[in-house]
Amino acid sequence: MSSTAHATAAEPASPLLEIRGVEKRFSLSGDFLEQLKFKGGKLVREQKHVHAINGVDLDIQRGEALCVVGESGCGKSTVARTVMGLLHPSAGEIRYDGERIDDLSHKALMPYRRRMQMIFQNPYASLNPRMTIQQTLEEPIRLHHPDWSTQRVRDQVAEVMASVGIAADWGARYGHEFSGGQRQRIAIARALAVDPEFIVADEPISALDVSIQAQVLNLLMEAQQQRNLTYLFITHDLAVVEHFGTRVAVMYLGRVCEVAPTATLFARPRHPYTQALMSAIPRLEDDRPQHIRLQGEVPTPVNLPSGCVFHGRCPHANARCRSEIPQLIAADDGSQVACHAVEEGRID
Amino acid sequence: MTTTNSSMAAAPVASRWSRFRGSYLLYSFKRDPVAQLSLLVFIVLVGVAVLAPWLAPMDPYDLAQIDILASELPPFWIDGSDPAYVMGTDAQGRDLLSTILYGARVSLIIGFGAVALQALLGVSFGLLAGYLGGRVDAFLMRLADIQLSFSTLMVAIVVGALVKAAFGGATYSDYAVPLLVLIIGLAEWPQYARTVRASVLAERSKEYVDAARVMGFSSRRIMFRHILPNTLSPIFVISTVQVANAIISEAALSFLGLGMPETHPSLGSLIKSGFDYIQSGSWWITLIPGAMLVILVLVINLLGDWLRDVLNPRLYKG
Repeated sequence: MSSTAHATAAEPASPLLEIRGVEKRFSLSGDFLEQLKFKGGKLVREQKHVHAINGVDLDIQRGEALCVVGESGCGKSTVARTVMGLLHPSAGEIRYDGERIDDLSHKALMPYRRRMQMIFQNPYASLNPRMTIQQTLEEPIRLHHPDWSTQRVRDQVAEVMASVGIAADWGARYGHEFSGGQRQRIAIARALAVDPEFIVADEPISALDVSIQAQVLNLLMEAQQQRNLTYLFITHDLAVVEHFGTRVAVMYLGRVCEVAPTATLFARPRHPYTQALMSAIPRLEDDRPQHIRLQGEVPTPVNLPSGCVFHGRCPHANARCRSEIPQLIAADDGSQVACHAVEEGRID
Repeated sequence: MTTTNSSMAAAPVASRWSRFRGSYLLYSFKRDPVAQLSLLVFIVLVGVAVLAPWLAPMDPYDLAQIDILASELPPFWIDGSDPAYVMGTDAQGRDLLSTILYGARVSLIIGFGAVALQALLGVSFGLLAGYLGGRVDAFLMRLADIQLSFSTLMVAIVVGALVKAAFGGATYSDYAVPLLVLIIGLAEWPQYARTVRASVLAERSKEYVDAARVMGFSSRRIMFRHILPNTLSPIFVISTVQVANAIISEAALSFLGLGMPETHPSLGSLIKSGFDYIQSGSWWITLIPGAMLVILVLVINLLGDWLRDVLNPRLYKG
């Protein structure tokens, strides 16, 4: 991790994390016997799947905070959980620092576990209610550094507690004795305890009070500067993205439709879905352009639409959109857009 | 937030004892006279059973102390009693009080031993089924279904008959206690397995389990160190119910002649041994151990009910 690792659009350094064509399907049809159905006088095996993510490509550069946004059910949490190995991708591959990690065994994955950590959405569920804070923080250090002395482990815990702003005498207490914001600090301390370089944060502030959200967000940004962290930050809050993200990936129905540097995306969203999403941000000004109303509902992820997943609700869709899946195509301002209309120049 | 921090930092860190003193468990115990009385009676009964060799006037297992001429003597408040035998004697001339104390000891050993075995099997299988899911889950739960479809009595009859046929009645008598523990333990583990599995399924979806997986802990460590401590309260609750059930099962087996031999009686076999004399007027041989059994099981069940209400209001006995 060098200090020059901050990615710029001009030099494409090797990314820390590469997500290549990752798909994740969840079966809806139960076990083998439940899958057997009579159809036209024949016994056939029928399987239904929820396509949580289908063909996600993302690169995460060292030192950046890549925010993934999208509405509920678009697969952003599935991306986070797949990256962390909590779910196995149905297809595609995930590379960390050039090495493929999605098919490694538990043991082979251990060195990567120390380097990548996760912060969860619900601080009320992410701390073990039967363990003290000290135990919670010591446990991962002891696991990854079995040769460390007790004193060294304690020093590390004290250091990480101080860095997230929790008092040393909290260690003997249990998680339920704290408020949501305090718990989330403890959860962050747990993630930082093993000195990771990459952190996946799955909506880490959406369960918190608005007054606490900013504190936790600032804490995450401080930690990023002090420890040169790389973030994959899952959120649905566009205000947070504007404040926090280096780049933004917009997801819709399990696919990435646009990836762009934050400022570029907010100044000039290109994908029709991103445009609609941006226009939905409530603002005080009166002179903003008309709010874009999308027709219809998000289609079910069980039967995916053919072609572009957004074509049913897109005002610019044509025959090609209905048949051909658009790929992310890089533009010269550093953004990548998966849209036939943008590619063909039909829309700007 | 700053004010909360300073107030929390100012408060002394609670020790284990002071946390127990401030706990809801103790608070509700103090307000529940039924639970207090039950616990008192339970402690007294367990105490006298454990201390039977020192409390009992005579050793009912020692043939030299038994006087056949003193058989069927009534308890002290009935004419014709002998002051040496407070509760009277049974048909073999054993002091009933001593035999009951020793018998309660046997019943409690079998009850707790069987529950320990049930808990060991049931908790392990329940944890595996709930945490690993999929085929392991399907296999273990079908195994539990099969086990539940055999009644305890049937398992006991088959195993007892096999052991008696294979090794003879004398060997059976020598190993009756471990054998009964084994039979009752094997017959009832699905109760634990199902309860634990349900709790594990609820806990597994919580994020602290994901956090432990992300840390790289092994499945075994996550199951025993992270999930198991959080499923303890239903385990406690069913344990009390199961101890009472196991004692009743043992008494029923002994009453049918499949449990403890008469030379080494439990409460159940004592009830049975007196049953033949109940028509001839010697009711105390059956009724006094019977009352002891009822009180023992009743206080355990009352304690279990109280514990269930306190620890887990949503769990129903079943």
